[in-house]
Amino acid sequence: MAESSLKHLQQAANLTRIRAMSMTHHSQLGHTGGDLSSADILTCLYLGGILAVDPQKPHWEQRDRFVMSKGHCSGAFYATLAARGFFPVEQLKTFMDPLSMLNGHPDRNKLPGVEANTGPLGHGAPIAVGAALAAKMRGEHWRVFALTGDGELQEGSNWEAAMTAHHYKLDNLTVIVDRNRIQQGDFTENTVQLDPLAPKWSSFGFAVREVDGHSHEELMQVFQSLPLESGRPTCIIANTIKGKGVSFAENKPAWHHGVPTREQLFMAAEELGVEVPW
Amino acid sequence: MVVAAPVETSAKTYDCREAYSRTLEEMAAQDKRVCAVVNDSVSSTKLKKFKELFPDRFVNVGIAEQNMIGVGAGLANGGMVPYVCGASCFLTARAMEQVKVDLGYSKWNVKLCGMSSGMAYGQLGATHHSIEDMAWTRIIPNLTVIVPADPLETEQVMRYSLRHDGPMFLRISRVPVPEVHDRGYQFTLGRAALMNDGDDVTIITNGILVARAIRAAKLLEQRGIFARVLNMSSIKPLDYDAIIKAAKETRGIVTAEEALTAGGLGGAVAEVLALHHPARMRMLGLPDVFAPTGSAEFLLDHFHLNADGMVNAALDLLGESK
Repeated sequence: MAESSLKHLQQAANLTRIRAMSMTHHSQLGHTGGDLSSADILTCLYLGGILAVDPQKPHWEQRDRFVMSKGHCSGAFYATLAARGFFPVEQLKTFMDPLSMLNGHPDRNKLPGVEANTGPLGHGAPIAVGAALAAKMRGEHWRVFALTGDGELQEGSNWEAAMTAHHYKLDNLTVIVDRNRIQQGDFTENTVQLDPLAPKWSSFGFAVREVDGHSHEELMQVFQSLPLESGRPTCIIANTIKGKGVSFAENKPAWHHGVPTREQLFMAAEELGVEVPW
Repeated sequence: MVVAAPVETSAKTYDCREAYSRTLEEMAAQDKRVCAVVNDSVSSTKLKKFKELFPDRFVNVGIAEQNMIGVGAGLANGGMVPYVCGASCFLTARAMEQVKVDLGYSKWNVKLCGMSSGMAYGQLGATHHSIEDMAWTRIIPNLTVIVPADPLETEQVMRYSLRHDGPMFLRISRVPVPEVHDRGYQFTLGRAALMNDGDDVTIITNGILVARAIRAAKLLEQRGIFARVLNMSSIKPLDYDAIIKAAKETRGIVTAEEALTAGGLGGAVAEVLALHHPARMRMLGLPDVFAPTGSAEFLLDHFHLNADGMVNAALDLLGESK
C-alpha cells in the first residue's frame, strides 16, 4: 500500500481515537481502552476500502456486513461510521444524550450503518454466521465481518458459532479478535486464560492469521487476501494494546471504561497529533 | 372478536406439529426466503421432509440454542425469513438473552417455533417442561406470541407469520388435539375466537386446552349455565376488547393455561381487568411449582386443566355448589 495512503489511514484512526475520547468525556461514560485498541481495525475496514458499503444506501442488499460484536466500543464504532459518511460527524456530540441515536451500545433501528444490536457479549459471531449463511443460501457474494473482543471469547456462544461456521464452510466470514489482553476487571490471562488463542480457532476449523492490530500495512494486507483459505472461515487475531496511542491509558485495566478529563483530552490529542474536536 | 362456530369436537385427534411442518414446506416451496434452523432436533421438530426438500435452506447448528437464535437474526439480516425451531424449553430458556436482544430489541424478522411446549414432555420431568415460556416471551417488547389450538389454526398462524414483519414466538404442542375450528375459521392477530357463546361466565384459554374448555361449556350448559369460551391464541397482542366485553357481560372469568399462571395467560387477562374493568377471576394453570412426572394427560388432570376442572372453577366463581 502506498505510503501516502497509510499515512492517511493513520490520521483517520487517530481522529477516530480523539473523537471517541471526546464523546466519552462528553457523556462521562464509555470504553476508552477498547475504543483505542480497535480504532485501527475499524479504520482499515471502513476507510481503507475493505467493506463494500454505501452510506447513502445503508440497507443495500449486496453490502458487506460488519457486526460490531464488542458493542461497548461504540465510541470508536460511531466515530468510524460518521467518518465513512453514514451520519454527520456533528452528531457524535450527542453520544449517550437523552433520546440520542447514539446509545451507549449500538441500535440498528436508530443508527444507519449498524447491522446488529450488540452490547451483551457473544452475540456478534452467531449473527455474523447467520448473515454469511444467508449469502450462501441466496448465492450472493457479500462478505461478513465480526469484530469481537478477546475477553468476550469467554462466552460460549462464540464457540458454538465457530463450529457452525466451520461446518457450513463459511469462507465469506471473517472474525477479527481485538486481542488487547485486558477485560473489564483485569488482564484476560489473569481472569480466564485464553492462550493459546490461535490454535483454539485453528482447531475449530478456521484459517487463522495473527497480525499487529495497529499496523495498517499488516491489517490491509490480510484484509485484501481474504479468504485465507477457500472453504474455511477466517479468524484474524489482531494483537493490540488497550488504550493504544495515549500513553497514560495504554495497557492499563482501569482504562477499560476510564473517562478522560478535559486536560487528559488535550494530552491525548497532542500525542495523537490531532486536535480536540469539541 | 372472531366468531368461529366450532365443529363438534370429534374423536379424531391431531398433532399440530404435522400442520406446522406441512405448512412450512408449502411456504418454502412458494417463497425462497423461507428457511429453517434447528438445534439437532430434526425429528422432534418434524422437519425431516423439509430437510430433504430444501437442503440448502435447512441449517442445523447442533445443540447450541444461543447460537441458533443469533444465526436466525443473521439470516434475517441477509434477507431470509428463518423459522427457528426447537423444543420450547430449550429454545426459550437457554437463549433468553438472545431472544430479548437479537429478536425483540433488534426487531429481526425471525419466527420462533417452540415445540412440545407446556407439559407435553410430561414423563421427562420438569427440565423438559416449558411452563414458563408464555410469561417469558410475552414480556419481551416487539415479540408477538401465538398459541394455536388445532391443525387449522396452526396452519393459519404459520401462513400469517410469513406476512408479519417482525419477531414471533409460536407455541406448538405435540399433545394430540381434536379440530375445534370449522373450515371457515380465519385467524386474526390480536383477536380472540368465540368458541361458545354465553352470558353467565367466561372461560379464556388457548392451545390444547380449547377443546377441554368447549367440553366444560357443554357440561355447564347441562346445569343451565351458559359459558362463553374464548380461544385467546394471540397472547400478544392480546384482545383487550374481548376480555373487557366478557367482564362486562358475564359474571366472572376463568382462565386456563398449560403454563404457570403468573405472567402467563391468567396474568395477562388479570392485567387487562385490573386496569380497565375489574372482575372476579379464577386462574387454572400451574401455581408456583414445577410439575411432577407423569404423562401429559396425567399432569393436565393433576392441575385440573380439564373440563371438570374448568366446570368447578366456573361454579366456584359463580358461588354455586359443585
